[in-house]
Amino acid sequence: MLKKISAAVLAIVGAIAVGAVALHRHEPINALWIMTAAVCIYLLGYRFYAAWIAARVLSVDASRATPAERLNNGRDFVPTHRVIVFGHHFAAIAGPGPLVGPTLAAQFGYLPGTLWILVGAVLGGCVQDMIILLLSTRRDGRSLGQMARDELGPLGGFAALIGTLIIMIILSAVLGLVIVNVMKHSPWATSTVLATIPAALIVGLYLRLWRPGRVLEGSLLGVTLVLLALLAGGWVDHQPLLRPLFDYSAIALAGFVIAYGFCAAILPVWLLLAPRDYLSTFLKLGTVVLLTVAIVLTHPQIKMPAVTAFTDGTGPLFGGKVFPFVFITIACGAVSGFHALVASGTTPKLITNEADVRLVGYGSMALESFVAIMALIAATLLDPGVFFAINAGAGVVGASPAAAVHTISSWGYPVTVEQMQALANAMGERTLFARSGGAPSLAVGMASIFGSTFGRGLLALWYHFAIMFEAVFIMAVLDAGTRVGRFMLQDLLGHLWQPLGRTSWYPSVLLASALMVGAWGYFLYIGVIDPNGGVNILWPLFGISNQMLAGIALSVATGIIIKSGKARYALVTLVPLAWLALITTTAAWQKITSADSRIGLFAAADDLASKLASGALAPERAAVAPQLIFNQRLDAWITILLLTILWFVILDMARVCMRRLRGLPLRSSSEAPYQLSRLQGATAQAQP
Amino acid sequence: MRSVAHLAVRHAAALWSALRMACGDDAYERYCAHRAARHALEPALSRRAFYEDTQRRKWSGVSRCC
Repeated sequence: MLKKISAAVLAIVGAIAVGAVALHRHEPINALWIMTAAVCIYLLGYRFYAAWIAARVLSVDASRATPAERLNNGRDFVPTHRVIVFGHHFAAIAGPGPLVGPTLAAQFGYLPGTLWILVGAVLGGCVQDMIILLLSTRRDGRSLGQMARDELGPLGGFAALIGTLIIMIILSAVLGLVIVNVMKHSPWATSTVLATIPAALIVGLYLRLWRPGRVLEGSLLGVTLVLLALLAGGWVDHQPLLRPLFDYSAIALAGFVIAYGFCAAILPVWLLLAPRDYLSTFLKLGTVVLLTVAIVLTHPQIKMPAVTAFTDGTGPLFGGKVFPFVFITIACGAVSGFHALVASGTTPKLITNEADVRLVGYGSMALESFVAIMALIAATLLDPGVFFAINAGAGVVGASPAAAVHTISSWGYPVTVEQMQALANAMGERTLFARSGGAPSLAVGMASIFGSTFGRGLLALWYHFAIMFEAVFIMAVLDAGTRVGRFMLQDLLGHLWQPLGRTSWYPSVLLASALMVGAWGYFLYIGVIDPNGGVNILWPLFGISNQMLAGIALSVATGIIIKSGKARYALVTLVPLAWLALITTTAAWQKITSADSRIGLFAAADDLASKLASGALAPERAAVAPQLIFNQRLDAWITILLLTILWFVILDMARVCMRRLRGLPLRSSSEAPYQLSRLQGATAQAQP
Repeated sequence: MRSVAHLAVRHAAALWSALRMACGDDAYERYCAHRAARHALEPALSRRAFYEDTQRRKWSGVSRCC
């Protein structure tokens, strides 16, 4: 009875909040409406849709022993309390993606992004994560690639492998670009971010040599060190002698990030990667809690219009109409294929009871989606003129501040040079113009929220705290991504020449790491020399690859659901799959064929080539043009490859499903046989 | 009064052990307890070797995301 009443209250509050969000058009809306609508929608989705999927589609069986119980080895396979698995899984899936994507998509206004984040998560992303988690749990924690191979065939498995490798490369490049744009000519940000490296090394040595495995002590030490580094960075910024030592151009910083990535991939994990990850996890969880509290306390007004004129495709952050590009720009936070790799990795080995997949799979994704909503709020509470001045590349709005404010004001979003200068001064920066990538504008938004909650005098400190927080976990993802990419490459190279497949053979380690870092380093370098900021090309490419991976995951899920004789429920995964196939194909098609050089990659390359040939380019732009032209064509070919992989897997899934429906022989299910759980409470939980 | 203090201590202790578990601070203790329960024959890893091995395993697969 109590459950029914609470559900009814939730539904009414949710309906009022959604109504408020949808009907506010020409007056500013309060951020609390958006947050309330979001929370109600997640809870309703969790309470009804997730429960229905778990019971009907997946036939979750609480009496069935999970691999954590059957294969318990006290190490990888360990039955763990569901709240703790939830924490682990959330920390693993929530990275910088849900912060950057919604910020970039804010150029369309707050409404398109908000709606997609909510609907996409509840009906797509959360569903994908929960289903893949359960399917992997039923298969002893097998990876997405292995499940694709076992259930669909070798083609599906290979496609998943290549798709994963490409997404790792593009993700690392675009995240590297984001932190380079944060650090360029900012001694405070650069010195703080650099200081996190020795901080991580000290924690690494502490946890291995002095107090092995005392993670809490080590993390406390590390968090103290990076907070000190933050204060020290502010001090360095005011020292005329030290300041120039940390003032670097974007190219130099890109070189540094590339060198750092290589070191992180070849050093032992305990020295740099693991301690950095502990730091980033603590900062990440702390900041999410802090941001929620601060938004509720300040309940700021959203200043961005619900929908801007840029839905027609002329947006300054990236080209392309709201359909399909809002769905590509926001992947993490709505549907993220990358999660399927985590949900079929460490997490299934910790699940104590099948019934926990609802909280761990669906719940974690709902929380990540909530983080995306908060990032959207932080970006849209800025004056739109300020938002565009920070995020638009010099190639779009003009290189000088005067030119930039003129262009942006002419769009109807007034902003002045004085306003931007005052803001930069308050944030402790020289300038905030053309800091594309989303992270700086998010940091300005977060600083103003924190500042008005916890003291306005500390704006510069909050700004750099936000910057450090983003940089620390971007670098954690960079390290981890490069390392996993290295293992995957070694695995592939091992097929060519067996010794290269040995993960601890040093020549092979160096070769595979160099190939991996070289690949993302190349895209990072091109992004840095691109006068339009680079993010405008790389982020959509990342979105397409992430949605392609989600397409693969949902194809595997659909194939397994149909094979298990539940074709009548297949729409649960088929609808999100069809939607992802539609938006990914449309976006990829436009990126390949559009004649508009702001969208089409071939068109952009041809346009630049003809300008170069006719001598219309300024000398410094002519110098980098050949590289940009080559890169745009390369990106177009990568897009074609991603689209081909996606459709191969979808068609392979359709073939398997047709065989099943016609009653033809199939690969047998790779599900582990049923075994009764002996854990206490499992059978009690099984009784409804 | 005594029972309130008792309850507070018990909750604080539960919170503390949950925190330790959540970040893996007690992983080695749990590993030892697991071995003791199974009467394992081969010698247990030292604290340091266990930590190093756990990290190596953790970072061989995809455990961080975008």
